[in-house]
Amino acid sequence: MECSTRQEGQYIVITLKGEVDLHYSPEARKQILEKLNDKNHVLVDLSGVKYIDSSGIASLVEGFQLARSNQLEFGLVGVSDAARQVLELARLDKVFQIKATIAEFIDH
Amino acid sequence: MSQIIIHRQFRAHTDQLRQLREWTRESAGKGGLGNDRIEQVIIGVNEACMNIIEHAYKKDPGDIIFKVWQEPGQLVFQLTDFAETVDCSRIKSRELDDIRPGGLGVHFIQQVMDRVDYIPGKDGLGNTIQMVITTA
Repeated sequence: MECSTRQEGQYIVITLKGEVDLHYSPEARKQILEKLNDKNHVLVDLSGVKYIDSSGIASLVEGFQLARSNQLEFGLVGVSDAARQVLELARLDKVFQIKATIAEFIDH
Repeated sequence: MSQIIIHRQFRAHTDQLRQLREWTRESAGKGGLGNDRIEQVIIGVNEACMNIIEHAYKKDPGDIIFKVWQEPGQLVFQLTDFAETVDCSRIKSRELDDIRPGGLGVHFIQQVMDRVDYIPGKDGLGNTIQMVITTA
């Protein structure tokens, strides 16, 4: 898994690429929670995710909950087919704010 | 008559999950499953292995045996560990309306597999999860 972060407008964008499994999801979780704890609005770009398991999904849910409790924005961008399949299995595809591009969040 | 497609033994560590997914992909393909079904089976086998690593072995990893075989009308994916036997009645899926991190693995396995059996080992040692895909 590759994990990188950058600023886009009012958001910190965390880009996850490759396979987000139990071996790598602790790093994704750390990045997500760290940025939210620093009071940033966070978007997670999943367009390059080839595989994500329940531990990766749990990291996203934790981010979603932490953002909500701190009145911060948290959304998913460019969700890949592989990631969408798992979000649908968990019935979370309607829970997260999901948009195709970062621009759609910024223009919102 | 059953035909073994793959039989591997590996350490119960998270760095082995990628290899397990590759073995699953390969054996599901040999078993005649289509691409969409293969992706689903990979999700189920990966989650079952995660449960062994996290909940059966916990901090003391042992070995896992992965076996896939074909029988008339079905393909069977089996993972066996040598940890303390888990009480099968405690393996449950949780309510999805309760949005919280964790606890999704069993739900995923049940969703993607046609049948799931938990077989306790003998004398309090070992667990087997057998996941069946109907091919007929």
